[in-house]
Amino acid sequence: MSYIPLETHLPGITGLLEYRQDSAKPIRELTQLLLRGPSSLTEGERELIATIVSSRNQCSFCTAAHTAAADILLEEDKTSAAVKQDIASAPVTEKMKALLLIAAQVQESGKSVTPFSIANAKEAGATDMEIHDTVLIAALFCLYNRYVDGLATATPSDPAFYQGLGQRLKQHGYNRLPNGYDHLKKK
Amino acid sequence: MAYINVEQGVPGIRSLVLFRPDTGKPLYELAQILLRGPSTLSPAERELIAAYVSSRNQCFFCTNSHAAAARCLYGDEGSVVDEALLDPENAGLTGKMKALLNIAGKVQILGKEVTELDILLAREQGADDREIHDTVLIAAAFSMFNRYVDGLASWTPTDPAAYAEMGRRMADKGYVLPQPVNQ
Repeated sequence: MSYIPLETHLPGITGLLEYRQDSAKPIRELTQLLLRGPSSLTEGERELIATIVSSRNQCSFCTAAHTAAADILLEEDKTSAAVKQDIASAPVTEKMKALLLIAAQVQESGKSVTPFSIANAKEAGATDMEIHDTVLIAALFCLYNRYVDGLATATPSDPAFYQGLGQRLKQHGYNRLPNGYDHLKKK
Repeated sequence: MAYINVEQGVPGIRSLVLFRPDTGKPLYELAQILLRGPSTLSPAERELIAAYVSSRNQCFFCTNSHAAAARCLYGDEGSVVDEALLDPENAGLTGKMKALLNIAGKVQILGKEVTELDILLAREQGADDREIHDTVLIAAAFSMFNRYVDGLASWTPTDPAAYAEMGRRMADKGYVLPQPVNQ
């Protein structure tokens, strides 16, 4: 049971974003820009950053949702699983390894990011904008994970739920659906 | 020196949102809505939650700027801010604010740290659903802002006078996206 009353047909973050829509608006806009806006990182790569941070914050809902989105965008499920297990041996580029490491440091604390890990990312070809976006995406998921778990929102256990959510995130991104979410109510 | 090429001499988050203004816009809007928008918690109380979380995250820039804003907004009772940052339990705050700061402190650690008992204690002190929601979201938002500011090693002034001035501006004008100069 969530700590405050939320729409029962909207588990996880969606119920919270509907509960207070004026604060949801900039959160959604920021997420859409960072994860779907113009970037030299692919949408799949950016979802991997969201996944590793959510996983390390032990947020089951966000981890399952962004794993599903990453898998759909990458068209395979090995990479997200490997990244969550061990960044160094995951099948991603050296640049992505360096950025995922920075994201993991941000998850601990802003202060955990070292000049060495930044130099490492730059050597692997990361631009200032890619480093900026990696830090901000990781920081944003530190917000989401705390929002979702701090109010004890519902976490569905059925994998099919996250598959559907991942599809929605691929198709519609992070903007509020134009007609809201009433169509998700069980008939 | 910041880790990325931001404008020299611009402190903290201001330098970062000038680096990427399109993401800066919703970041400033979120701060404005949460800290100045409609709420039964006063702007002073909400700035204190922001300062408290920033202090626990050891983000010097955010702690000092939001503490300064909170001192301005508390007016004659400004010293309560310093008491609360040192020891919220024994600060001259309402029981409700103490219970909400307790929740904010749990959120700072991790979402999962907030327990049913923490929520119950806040309700006993008169906190309603919306105040609990807003406390969790402010604490979560500052878990983001602190990481953004420190994760990119943005410039952190050390002169207390710089923060007193920032605090006054934040108390008077709220959160207005900085505009680039000389362009």
